[in-house]
Amino acid sequence: METFTVLTGVAAPLARENVDTDLIIPIPRLVTLANVDLGRWAFEALRYHKDGSENLDFVLNQPRYRGASILIAGRNFGCGSSREGAVVAIRRMGIRCVIASSFGDIFFNNCFQNSVLPIALPQEEVDRLMEEARTCTSGAAFAVDLEDREIRTPGQRTVAFEVDPNRRQGLLKGLDPIATTSLRESEIASFQDRDRKARPWIYS
Amino acid sequence: MAAQTLFDKIWDAHVVADLGSGMALLAIDRHIMHDLGGGRGLKQLRESGRKVRNPEMVFATPDHAVSSEPGRTSETTELSSGYMKLLREETTHHGIQLFDLGQPGQGIVHVIGPEMGISLPGSTVVCGDSHTCTHGALGAMAWGIGSSELLHVLATQTLPQTKPKRMRVTFTGRLPEGVQSKDIMLYLIGHLGAAAGAGAAVEFAGPTIRNLSMEARLSLCNLSIEMGARFGMIAPDDTTLEYLAGREFAPKGALWDQAVASWRALPSDEGSVFDREESVDISAIAPQITWGTSPQDVVGVDGAIPDPAAADGASRRFEMETALRYMGLEPLKPIAGTPIDRVFIGSCTNSRIEDLRQAAAIARGRRVDARVTAWVVPGSYNVMKAAEAEGLDTVFRSAGFEWREPGCAQCAAANGEVVAPGERIVSTSNRNFVGRQGPGARTHLASPALAAAAAIAGSITDPRRLA
Repeated sequence: METFTVLTGVAAPLARENVDTDLIIPIPRLVTLANVDLGRWAFEALRYHKDGSENLDFVLNQPRYRGASILIAGRNFGCGSSREGAVVAIRRMGIRCVIASSFGDIFFNNCFQNSVLPIALPQEEVDRLMEEARTCTSGAAFAVDLEDREIRTPGQRTVAFEVDPNRRQGLLKGLDPIATTSLRESEIASFQDRDRKARPWIYS
Repeated sequence: MAAQTLFDKIWDAHVVADLGSGMALLAIDRHIMHDLGGGRGLKQLRESGRKVRNPEMVFATPDHAVSSEPGRTSETTELSSGYMKLLREETTHHGIQLFDLGQPGQGIVHVIGPEMGISLPGSTVVCGDSHTCTHGALGAMAWGIGSSELLHVLATQTLPQTKPKRMRVTFTGRLPEGVQSKDIMLYLIGHLGAAAGAGAAVEFAGPTIRNLSMEARLSLCNLSIEMGARFGMIAPDDTTLEYLAGREFAPKGALWDQAVASWRALPSDEGSVFDREESVDISAIAPQITWGTSPQDVVGVDGAIPDPAAADGASRRFEMETALRYMGLEPLKPIAGTPIDRVFIGSCTNSRIEDLRQAAAIARGRRVDARVTAWVVPGSYNVMKAAEAEGLDTVFRSAGFEWREPGCAQCAAANGEVVAPGERIVSTSNRNFVGRQGPGARTHLASPALAAAAAIAGSITDPRRLA
């Protein structure tokens, strides 16, 4: 997996709550396309008009936010289904970091398997960042520093964030979680041996 | 020992290794796979040179991509043909039990897990689908996972997870006549919001829950994810045990007795502490129906479409206006009487035999309105056969409903069974998101009784008028 250390890029404000995974990538795209083709269809219903032309009201279509790598979103971002394609789609669109006050839990977990960093911050802080993303000079870069666990804004503010230490290591080093867990094979085997005696009905 | 919650007890019993900072490597007891993610995942695993660690703990069935057309086969659509071929080949290669089309056990993953006794109290159950929280109704710790986590479970039979917060919702009050568990859960989501359970495992408790049947509990826990909770659960009791006894994969004989003794110790201890507690009295609620594009956008069927002008803050007002525009609805008008085009009775929320009986009780001897196309899609092969044995298929057909083959069908429209742009549908499923049932489709979520009543009336209707 690609590593994530320090990300520098434009931050786009998506001021909408409860952006669900169907809105991020609808099922018909998911079942017919390969992962590499999903980026074009991320946020399809918001991004394109019915005739296929771009909706310029949508933030990621506006010239200053086109190509943004950081998304600042309303609360409960990525709620809904477990489809990992939602993370893949925004990743393929170029987004490596999503900042919101809360996330759909499954979406949040899926991010770490795709080298995307979800950052949960208090709503007041998300509001401040969103305001800065709206008002800063066009093209001004935010930095998301996973090493130091802080966001540096164009306005020279520094915002600290927390991330689970295991998840952080996984992103920093681009670890394959299956390979990491496989190192514990003997622990898994001895758990199952013990458990087979305690709960034999699970193994019968 | 300190008092423990149901969730804590199951979590602790599955910790293979403590990874620190609230994270643990958890053992997985049951992994159920469907046609969209299962075949792909197994193929990817094989190509990476890895094996399924415990194939005997993995089960598979087609539900999402298969057609629900009467007489369907895997070849009915090109889409399902590809997914079925892959699922059959890969489950055979890896030695995984597949409940194929036309076989007992085939159906929606969250219907067959409980129905076959695959999901059990005290067990960890995962599936690449967010509505896996359904199985929590049995007193299991069950949650939806993504496709990378799915590979991880196949390869290691474990998953690293961060321990969620504990939340308890206590329902009090007698369920009013004509109100179903779907209604009380929609009411709760409307009351607390679609993000209320984010980061939490929610236990549903209280006298109302104790009086619910197992199937009503499954419908209720199914909607946990719509309040943002990956886990929803109900402590096992006599209702749970009576439901499970004799099911194909449930333990038998001495093993059953041993399991029951262990399951009896699962309920949250007296004095156990939750991070958040909510209590809801449901004794005065009406059947519920959604008006917007989030399950939290809900009103009683005897109520009015809300007015964005009265919204709490500018951002909520904008959201409500956007939702009403998408739904083609006007504020302050009564929601009842809104004309509809379609009805869908089915999905992992409401496609079990009790759901079909409730809908059939409304449909019996009546006719679906001429403007409405109404589908009934049983949740599994076994539900379909049970319903046919009771003559429910005849009731529905005589009333003008289409009686279809088991699967997810129109809920996510992953099989191509989309609702046309601008069409209005009353659906017993779980999501009214923008484009969920097809681009531009307008979904109203409701109970099977309300959906059947709407099909008859041709508009959103209080089912209590037809009872």
